[in-house]
Amino acid sequence: MIELSQVSKRFQTASGKSIDALLPTDLTIPSGQVFGLLGFSGAGKSTLLRLINRLEEPTGGSVRIDGQELVGLPDDALRQARRRVGMIFQQFNLLSHRSALHNVEFSLEVAGVARDERRSLARESLAAVGLSDREDAYPAQLSGGQRQRVAIARALATSPTILLCDEATSALDPHTALSILRLLQQLNRERGMTIVIVTHDIKVASYLCQHCVVLERGRVVDRIDMSNPQPQSLLGKFFFETAKGWTDQTVLPQEEP
Amino acid sequence: MSDLFKTLVEFGPDLWKATLDTLLMVSATMASALLIGTPLGVLLFTSRGAGLYPRPLLNRIVGYVVNVVRSFPFIILLVILIPFSRLVVGTSIGPKAAAVALSVAVIPFFARLVEQNLRDVPRGIIDMAQACGASKWATIFKVLIAEAMPALVGSLTVTATGFIAYSAVAGAVGAGGLGDLAIRYGYYRFETGVMVWCVVIMFVLVQGTQMAGAWLARKVDKR
Repeated sequence: MIELSQVSKRFQTASGKSIDALLPTDLTIPSGQVFGLLGFSGAGKSTLLRLINRLEEPTGGSVRIDGQELVGLPDDALRQARRRVGMIFQQFNLLSHRSALHNVEFSLEVAGVARDERRSLARESLAAVGLSDREDAYPAQLSGGQRQRVAIARALATSPTILLCDEATSALDPHTALSILRLLQQLNRERGMTIVIVTHDIKVASYLCQHCVVLERGRVVDRIDMSNPQPQSLLGKFFFETAKGWTDQTVLPQEEP
Repeated sequence: MSDLFKTLVEFGPDLWKATLDTLLMVSATMASALLIGTPLGVLLFTSRGAGLYPRPLLNRIVGYVVNVVRSFPFIILLVILIPFSRLVVGTSIGPKAAAVALSVAVIPFFARLVEQNLRDVPRGIIDMAQACGASKWATIFKVLIAEAMPALVGSLTVTATGFIAYSAVAGAVGAGGLGDLAIRYGYYRFETGVMVWCVVIMFVLVQGTQMAGAWLARKVDKR
């Protein structure tokens, strides 16, 4: 379970101004759920996601994972805690100088797992994402979908209970994106993994998520049960409206994103 | 043409000695670049406000020192470092002394190149390493430096070829090496043949370095 209470993030710009990327927010994500953070660019959804594993240092509030408080945790303990939280990214972020297998091994290597065990765990992980036959390929030799699979395998290698996905399918064509979403769904169903996804695509949220929050300018403006979606906010309604496709009648929320 | 070969026979031992001196100077210079310039570049990159080890004050001080050293015209640096060279290698003339001055010049230069190469590693890669629970040292060595390796090899090649030329400048103050030989014989005594041979050997050194650098870059570049 992920519990965020009154967590906030304020950035200082170079010119000395401060920007509230996230206003104090409460959010509880139960274990085993697929949870969506929905919003336009700059709404604060990525910031919120990155606060969960403290890639962003919160300005205030508390972040608890399975009861353990992450805020204020010393470096070593934080690194331990991060191994229970996998993460994948829009740009995959694979190491270009390492083969697929060695990329997967990276997360085990930094956790201090011995070489032989590392290799077998990494192979298992690559098998789980269906890429056993490409273990010697370098990222440059893989397609976008395959790269994201390697990134997922890397995230899985340390057997985390939570997977954070930052726009994980935004750089992929729809066909590849769906195959990645199916893989995530399978991980959720078979391993009971908690998955938090950031997306601006309602199709992604509708397909995968049990619950969603909609963010706008650093604030949660809607909390939606995806089994029976009843958006209250203009932005929430807009998202569900666009799910039917864009028309000339589609009303844009007042604010330009 | 036959004159040139006569020169080669006559000055062969001098040219050979000068080549070895140049190689000595350049090797010592590149060793300094690698052993001191690289860590300094890593320090410049990681101590920035948004870096892995934010130490803004240290970053600014090191940045100023680097810029101050880089502001000196090399020939001036050679002269003012004479006492320092005497202290470090026990002499103020010859290739060893010149290597000291060349090292002082190369360290800040190479550090800036390393800093820039590390800046060019995508920010997301560092996020990934942090999210995996990598320590800062692991992030620096296994991620930053490893990912920047093709660019670092390029920087090393550029630096090596540049400092082959710089080592010849050091000849102006009696450093020994090919530059020294070219100036003493080719310039002061109108032995054009010696000068031609010096330039030919310098060309071979530069070309060889460039080819070795390109080969190494191809080897480490998996992109």
